[in-house]
Amino acid sequence: MKKIFKLNDLDCANCAAKMEDGIKKIDGVNSATVSFMAQKLTVDADDAKFDSIMKEIVKVCSRIEPDCEIVLK
Amino acid sequence: MTKKQKKSLIRLGVGVAFLLFAILFPVDSFAAEPISTWIKLALYMIPYLIIGGDVLLRAVRNIFHGEIFDENFLMCVATVGAFALSQFEEAVAVMLFYQIGEFFQSYAVNRSRQSIAAMMDIRPDFANVEIDGKLTQVDPDEVEVGTIIIVKPGERVPIDGVVTDGASQLDTAALTGESVPRSVKIGDDVISGTVNMSGVLSIKTTKAFGESTVSRILELVENASEKKAKSENFITKFARYYTPAVVGIAAILAVIPPLLFGGVWADWIERALIFLVVSCPCALVISVPLSFFGGIGGASKCGILVKGSNYLEALAEVKTIVFDKTGTLTNGTFEVVEIAPVGITKEQLIDLAACAESMSTHPIALSIKRADKGEVDSSRISDIKEIAGHGISAVVDGKSILAGNAKMMQDNGIAFTPYSDAGTVVYIAADGKFSGYIVISDTIKGDAKDAISQLKALGIEKTVMLTGDREATAQDVAKKLGLDAYHAELLPDDKVSMVEKLLAEKAAGTNLAFVGDGINDAPVLTRADVGIAMGAMGSDAAIEAADVVLMNDNPSDIALAIKAARKTLRIVHQNIVFALGIKLLVLILAAFGDATMWEAVFADVGVSFIAILNAMRCLKVK
Repeated sequence: MKKIFKLNDLDCANCAAKMEDGIKKIDGVNSATVSFMAQKLTVDADDAKFDSIMKEIVKVCSRIEPDCEIVLK
Repeated sequence: MTKKQKKSLIRLGVGVAFLLFAILFPVDSFAAEPISTWIKLALYMIPYLIIGGDVLLRAVRNIFHGEIFDENFLMCVATVGAFALSQFEEAVAVMLFYQIGEFFQSYAVNRSRQSIAAMMDIRPDFANVEIDGKLTQVDPDEVEVGTIIIVKPGERVPIDGVVTDGASQLDTAALTGESVPRSVKIGDDVISGTVNMSGVLSIKTTKAFGESTVSRILELVENASEKKAKSENFITKFARYYTPAVVGIAAILAVIPPLLFGGVWADWIERALIFLVVSCPCALVISVPLSFFGGIGGASKCGILVKGSNYLEALAEVKTIVFDKTGTLTNGTFEVVEIAPVGITKEQLIDLAACAESMSTHPIALSIKRADKGEVDSSRISDIKEIAGHGISAVVDGKSILAGNAKMMQDNGIAFTPYSDAGTVVYIAADGKFSGYIVISDTIKGDAKDAISQLKALGIEKTVMLTGDREATAQDVAKKLGLDAYHAELLPDDKVSMVEKLLAEKAAGTNLAFVGDGINDAPVLTRADVGIAMGAMGSDAAIEAADVVLMNDNPSDIALAIKAARKTLRIVHQNIVFALGIKLLVLILAAFGDATMWEAVFADVGVSFIAILNAMRCLKVK
């Protein structure tokens, strides 16, 4: 399943790259892109585990860039 | 300016005031060493903490998160190091300039984000639907196919449909970059995303919102940043090694020379600190994606949709362009291109032909009727007979008229001048006497010739046309446009194999683009390095399969797209060379003790700022 999330306060391009890297390494994530310009996160991950994967993603992001918030809806 | 930016600007202002106070305060006049140094330290600590407090905090927090080599940490090490070396002024100033640089950077990025977002602001917010006799604004997503929607002047058409009532002018600039408004009346198709300029329109929707043009375009552009270009991936990879490498060298620089060669500790530590400041790859990490984003945004303003940075990159390297003929280089509609009368005037000849063909609905007959200026008076015509495979015979103004092919003339024993060039010919005879011929042909698009010469000027090495049409017609079009080669009478499968052959022939490192519009072009569009679909109003399949979509039907937009792609790539390369060049220069100078903190800060945030400004140029296409 592919989902797009908006990112608030993503201020640093290098962090965006690091976040993308970190998210890609999470188990169950097929592909992920963090667009610094569009302030968007696109995740393609296993359907069954999507929610737990999302939690993991939020954790990874707050570790790399605590100011940045993923808008979950 | 955002709230956050305003706040940081005020903080920087207060910090500067304290810094000035610290510089001007005459400590030495009333205190001696070492007390004066301690007072100075205290005085400089105030602006330092005001200006760089957040950086310190973030650095500490990130260390706990296991993110050691981030910018914040490096800035802290560098400035705390400067304090340790009693360079108080430098320490605060470096932090100040770093923060000012960051401020400008975030301001510039925000601005470019906004300008790109504004450009893509074509999403309609509502649709007017009549419910119980009252106009109600509803979410376009909820409008079912076949609903009548009302679009008032000044509003955006939310969903594709057909006009059922009213007439108006539509502004298509947001979609196509075309500034001439399009007039629509009852029965005309309208495309979502266009703006109604004058009259109220009732539109029967033919598509759901999700499948409408505007949604498709937005989806396309929004997903464009997912497909990254090679240079973007290079930068990401580079950044991963660059920072640790520079930090490593800094550590060696700080320790080895003083330990082994008896260097002065303070000197070498300062050099190492400069290394740390320069070690952030931000200028590249921000400006490269920004350039691509800007390039895609700028192109979309001109009605050129590029589906990803990688395609923009591929477009810049195109050296071979293969065109489909009908609908791409030609209009795909038949028109009278030549009227050659014998013994009568042109007007008389076309009038005779139009009268004879007056009852026919064949495309050829329609084009002749269009070419005839006057109205056809049906009382003049009688005895219309269609002779299959030959043409039409009729009596017009009492004269017996024959309008048909060469065979018809021969069978009736009429001496005529045969025509053998491109196009379809209709011979006319009146009362057994040849009166001339009319040539009907698919017309070449107005800007097609110009487009080819523009592409040639851009250094495109080979232009090829593929068509299912007859040899003579293909040759004529190819000659008129100045194409390098053409292949006629091809079946859809032949087009794929022909493109494959051309792909094998092209020089390494160059790309082949295929430009087409028809449904049968989809396989070829996918096969080519860059597939360009003409006219978003063309087939959905072609747009789906293409990498670049030209919203206008103009072939000259191909040249524009290539220009935009090359400009973007040029700016990307400029930024990479510039940023790395300056950083390397400062690193070398620092290693030999010739650079100060000031140069280092410039090499970090100054370079980022300049690179961002440069990247913004990508937005301007043309």
